[in-house]
Amino acid sequence: MARMKFLVDAERCIECNGCVTACKNENEVPWGVNRRKVVTINDGVVGAEKSLSVACMHCSDAPCMAVCPVDCFYRTDDGVVLHDKDLCIGCGYCFYACPFGAPQFPQAGAFGLRGKMDKCTFCAGGPEADRSDAEFKKYGRNRLAEGKLPACAEMCSTKALLGGDGDVIADIYRERVARRGVKGAEAWGWGTAYGPPPKGAAPAAAPAGGKS
Amino acid sequence: MRSIALIAAALVALAGCMEIEQTATPSRQGKYQGKPDSTPWSNQPLAAGPQWKQGDRASWEEQIKKRQLGQHEHRRIYQ
Repeated sequence: MARMKFLVDAERCIECNGCVTACKNENEVPWGVNRRKVVTINDGVVGAEKSLSVACMHCSDAPCMAVCPVDCFYRTDDGVVLHDKDLCIGCGYCFYACPFGAPQFPQAGAFGLRGKMDKCTFCAGGPEADRSDAEFKKYGRNRLAEGKLPACAEMCSTKALLGGDGDVIADIYRERVARRGVKGAEAWGWGTAYGPPPKGAAPAAAPAGGKS
Repeated sequence: MRSIALIAAALVALAGCMEIEQTATPSRQGKYQGKPDSTPWSNQPLAAGPQWKQGDRASWEEQIKKRQLGQHEHRRIYQ
């Protein structure tokens, strides 16, 4: 059974924002809302700059679902977290709960009016008739119902952003890392993500009690 | 003064007539309350797009897996 996920390879992302543009265009996302954004750390530091494309990660245990007071979220059979805009009251709880800042609120009106929540749908639309005008207006294009993958992942020029079944894209990433010459336990974990500790640095203190 | 009080009392009394009957919708707390959604594989494939057998989840997953592997240039280009 497919569990649809995104995976971002920080070694490959060149901060071109092609994914952001593809998403905005494909789903005709309203002004002021970015379902996907590129985050850069160590900006301008030669050799240390890394970029990541971030959107809804379609969590297996989604905090937005847990906090929604009107229970407007649901998870599809293929693991995509979606919501019903007809139920959403725009309270913003999901925005506070989400660690990725995925839920967005259009602010088209006066006096700080906050509209109904909008977020990445994994290009899977929402609870309207598939590929209908109503679905497109509320949620954007339903590419999964067209047999396609999300536009952001398919548009990514360096294939830094992978989208699809978690097992399949994890295999792709694992093979890539192995081809880079990283093997065994080094292929994953803190050292690979953030580099080895500087020479002469004291090793991390063992947690109290000797157990982790 | 008395007529104003009478008009105010009449308005308050009339406001009661405006009350709309409300009934609670039976719901299960913590469960999705919205409209049901259909599955991607239940759709007829587009003529010019990827093909699968309508209603057959396995065939939809098979074609989308091929598409996922298209993101893997080591397999797509070098083989």
